[in-house]
Amino acid sequence: MINDIIAWLTDSAHRDDIVQRLLEHLQYVLLATVIAAGVAIPAGMWVGHTGRGKFAVVNISGFARAIPTLGLLFFIVLWLGPSLSGDLAFLLPSLIVLVVLAIPPILAGTYAGIDEVDPAARDAARGMGMRGWQVLFKVEVPCALPLIFSGLRSALLQVVATATIAATVGLGGLGRFLIDGLAVRDYPQMASGAVLVAALALVIDLVAAVVQRFAVSRGVTGRFRTRRARVAVGSTAESPATAESPATTTVGTAH
Amino acid sequence: MDWFTSHLDDVWRLSVIHAYLAGIPLLLGLVVALPLGWLARRFSWAYPPLIIGTGLLYTLPSLAVFILLPGILHTQILDPVNVLVAMTVYTVALLVRTVADGLGAIPDDVRLAANAMGYRPVRRLLGVELPLAVPVISAGLRVAAVSNVSIVSVAAIIGVEQLGSLFTDGFNRDFFAPIVTGIIACGVLSLLFDVVIVVVTRLLTPWTRARAAS
Repeated sequence: MINDIIAWLTDSAHRDDIVQRLLEHLQYVLLATVIAAGVAIPAGMWVGHTGRGKFAVVNISGFARAIPTLGLLFFIVLWLGPSLSGDLAFLLPSLIVLVVLAIPPILAGTYAGIDEVDPAARDAARGMGMRGWQVLFKVEVPCALPLIFSGLRSALLQVVATATIAATVGLGGLGRFLIDGLAVRDYPQMASGAVLVAALALVIDLVAAVVQRFAVSRGVTGRFRTRRARVAVGSTAESPATAESPATTTVGTAH
Repeated sequence: MDWFTSHLDDVWRLSVIHAYLAGIPLLLGLVVALPLGWLARRFSWAYPPLIIGTGLLYTLPSLAVFILLPGILHTQILDPVNVLVAMTVYTVALLVRTVADGLGAIPDDVRLAANAMGYRPVRRLLGVELPLAVPVISAGLRVAAVSNVSIVSVAAIIGVEQLGSLFTDGFNRDFFAPIVTGIIACGVLSLLFDVVIVVVTRLLTPWTRARAAS
């Protein structure tokens, strides 16, 4: 099986196709995540900062996790598809699904991150004379970054996985190899596509982890302490999977 | 509604398969994750590789896993075993960290008290630390349950029958009723799993209720 996959991936006849599908996939993922973050991060900040609408946020993210992505995808494509023409008929509904699925983890992460900021830090900021928005951007957001990133990374993985599935409704991207291979029983093609998607997911998560490492203040992660102290704080935000506090439960999503 | 009432048998049959494909891996995953989580907590050198490794497993898109597993396990692509294994892997990926954190959150006083009462390490783990970690572990299990129910439905694309088959069926025939039925059935199933986990947790942690009553 491994030989088949290597043979398929290194076959020069497939090279242009692979590059094109990879770029398509990346494009969908970035577009959907950027739109979702543009909606969810400000909304999460507002809810976390003002404390209004907490109940709605917690319930929306819990409810969204229970909706099977495949069912949602088919429902929206069947519903919106007929009123659109050409490529848009599957492109737009698929993108809507990707955005809809990416919003809850980012929203929950942002809200939870800001909500869990130490009240003493908030009071100190006010005591120093900061105004509401200064408290938000200079204290709350930097402290909330680990959880915001954890939400963003959940969303990215969710979108990579769902964009793959969306090949069943005609979307481009790496999912094409899986679905087209399935249609003609071409296992090497399917397996190679699967390897490419898995690799893309890993690379995207790795890149996000590196960005997180540089974006989050060392004062928040405690990374500047000695080795012993770092172990004692439970390796706070050191590695991809250890970044979050108990709020992971609200952030995690299904593929 | 007409479609639902006339296909009640089908929906029930698919729900049972779905519950089996999502539920068995929860138990298997818990059995695997408990020793791994303990290992991660007991030896600090084991924590980073175990947590990062299981975290990476969770990043793998489900459709890719469903397609690659038959090649690795030498099974047929339609074999439900692939789905069981994939879901177990995802459950382990979610739970190892939860178990490690749950065991890590136990106060040192409690451990010292158990030592002073003559508990040996194994009995202390099984009789004191594990029961106290139950609420944290069960929170992780609830996330895994909901996520499993959703991921299993993706297996319909490669042809493994369960509630997800209602989605592909409805999509192929341009027909909303099976899709909506499938979404609702999945929701009901996750809710059922959730209720079972919450009830079992309550039974396993009688002290939380005693505290609330006093």
